[in-house]
Amino acid sequence: MPQEPIVEIRNVSFGYEAARPVLRDIDLAIERGAVVGIMGQSGCGKTTLLRIIMGALAPTRGEARVLGHATAELERDGLYAMRRKMGMLFQFGALFTDMSVFENVAFPMREHGDLPEEVIHDLVMLKLQAVGLRGAAHLRPTELSGGMARRVALARSIALDPQLILYDEPFTGLDPISFGVIVRLIRELNDSLGATSVIVTHDVQEALGVVDYVYFMAAGRVIAKGTPDEIRSSPEPFVNQFVNGKPDGPVPFHYPAPDYRADLELAPA
Amino acid sequence: MSLTTLRARIERLGAGMSSHVWRIGYASRFLFYMLVHSGTALKRFHLTIAEIYFAGVLSLIIILVSGLFVGMVLGLQGYETLQRFGASESLGVLVALSLVRELGPVVAGLLFASRAGSAITAEIGLMKATEQLSAMEMMAVDPVARVVAPRFWGGVISMPLLAALFSAMGVFGGYLVGVQLIGVDAGAFWSQMQAAVDVRNDIMNGVIKSLVFGVAVTGIAVFEGYDAVPTAEGVSRATTRTVVTSSLAILALDFVLTALMFTGGEK
Repeated sequence: MPQEPIVEIRNVSFGYEAARPVLRDIDLAIERGAVVGIMGQSGCGKTTLLRIIMGALAPTRGEARVLGHATAELERDGLYAMRRKMGMLFQFGALFTDMSVFENVAFPMREHGDLPEEVIHDLVMLKLQAVGLRGAAHLRPTELSGGMARRVALARSIALDPQLILYDEPFTGLDPISFGVIVRLIRELNDSLGATSVIVTHDVQEALGVVDYVYFMAAGRVIAKGTPDEIRSSPEPFVNQFVNGKPDGPVPFHYPAPDYRADLELAPA
Repeated sequence: MSLTTLRARIERLGAGMSSHVWRIGYASRFLFYMLVHSGTALKRFHLTIAEIYFAGVLSLIIILVSGLFVGMVLGLQGYETLQRFGASESLGVLVALSLVRELGPVVAGLLFASRAGSAITAEIGLMKATEQLSAMEMMAVDPVARVVAPRFWGGVISMPLLAALFSAMGVFGGYLVGVQLIGVDAGAFWSQMQAAVDVRNDIMNGVIKSLVFGVAVTGIAVFEGYDAVPTAEGVSRATTRTVVTSSLAILALDFVLTALMFTGGEK
């Protein structure tokens, strides 16, 4: 019998205001063990979709099933029980600035378990070793570079060995070395933990190198889906413009404006 | 004024009023939720202790120095007035009652709002702006229980202690000026104070006032921080609102409490 997808979004629509839908008729299914990218330009609704998967927002229409639960039906305790099986990497890490690197990674263990301090110490060191920052355990978040902070946040997000790891724009603002490290870690941690990963990003070229499957979004809809190769060769003009970084196309270079000559004639001499 | 302008003004007024009422309702629900979820702050009391240090211990310098100077000014002004009526020995009573009943809770409350209240709002607001609260939510940790409640209880516990220390330093300041500098009789200063200050009517009422101010200031501070718009400007506005709203709340509550507590001066 085939396994139920770990994330299943069925005909989901969502809008903060009824008149302005942010997501329209989204359908997607994420299989266990995969690294899946949700891509598209800023404002296309991909972060809203991520928030629906997290259970932070409930769909206006349709159903979001995550780890076997319809998220909209969960009360606070049910939602928290589901989130204990999830990890999330925020765009800029969201490390607790009043704690050291060690304390940040130990935080979820301390909050959700009654483990002896020696066990917590060993577990934290294992997680930090996995991201290559065991030697930085004593540092404060303010002493870390952007890439290091992202890696500590990654260690914290896998502290409880999650089944599902969510990444919100994990490549933003990284130098090439840090970027390479994060890409490698996403793949390695996903495979070694037997987890499933969902990456929300607009860094298409970088993400296409690490994901198994892609959902491409524009204006609140999924306009293309497929393997990275299928996306690269997609005939869809918007996907083509986005993947190849063309300055003009379905997304015009110029913001809508009145006639240029008319504007110049109106300008003072 | 045209009918359209009048209608627009009435609509704006209505929208403003309903927005304020909505916000008061939201704040009440938030504070009720926080009280219901205060178990973590009480069970893991070290979290609250850390906040007592942050809100209380780190406010000690400003509270003690201010208390000393307010007491010294009371000593000078009180002596100046009392000696006209030949009652300079009552200086101790004047200084102590002024501090314990009014100045201790009120001035310590205002200083607490400026020093600790603003810091609490800024800290929670910045945690929100940098997604630290969202990160907690995603780790299945309730930020209201883990971050807000310990700060609230830390502030509520600290405030009466700070007000008591403010009053104590004020009395000492009054003693320095009145007895050591001006030469009022030390025995009269202390014995009249001891005879006139009543534990239940004066000291307890002062403690109740400072406790109420602590609840008001810290409640406003945690709500403003949690409700802040998650930008630099939003946190800055929330911090300003905390200081302004809690200062006004202290002064208004002081009037109400004084009216309830000290009616007619009977003992």
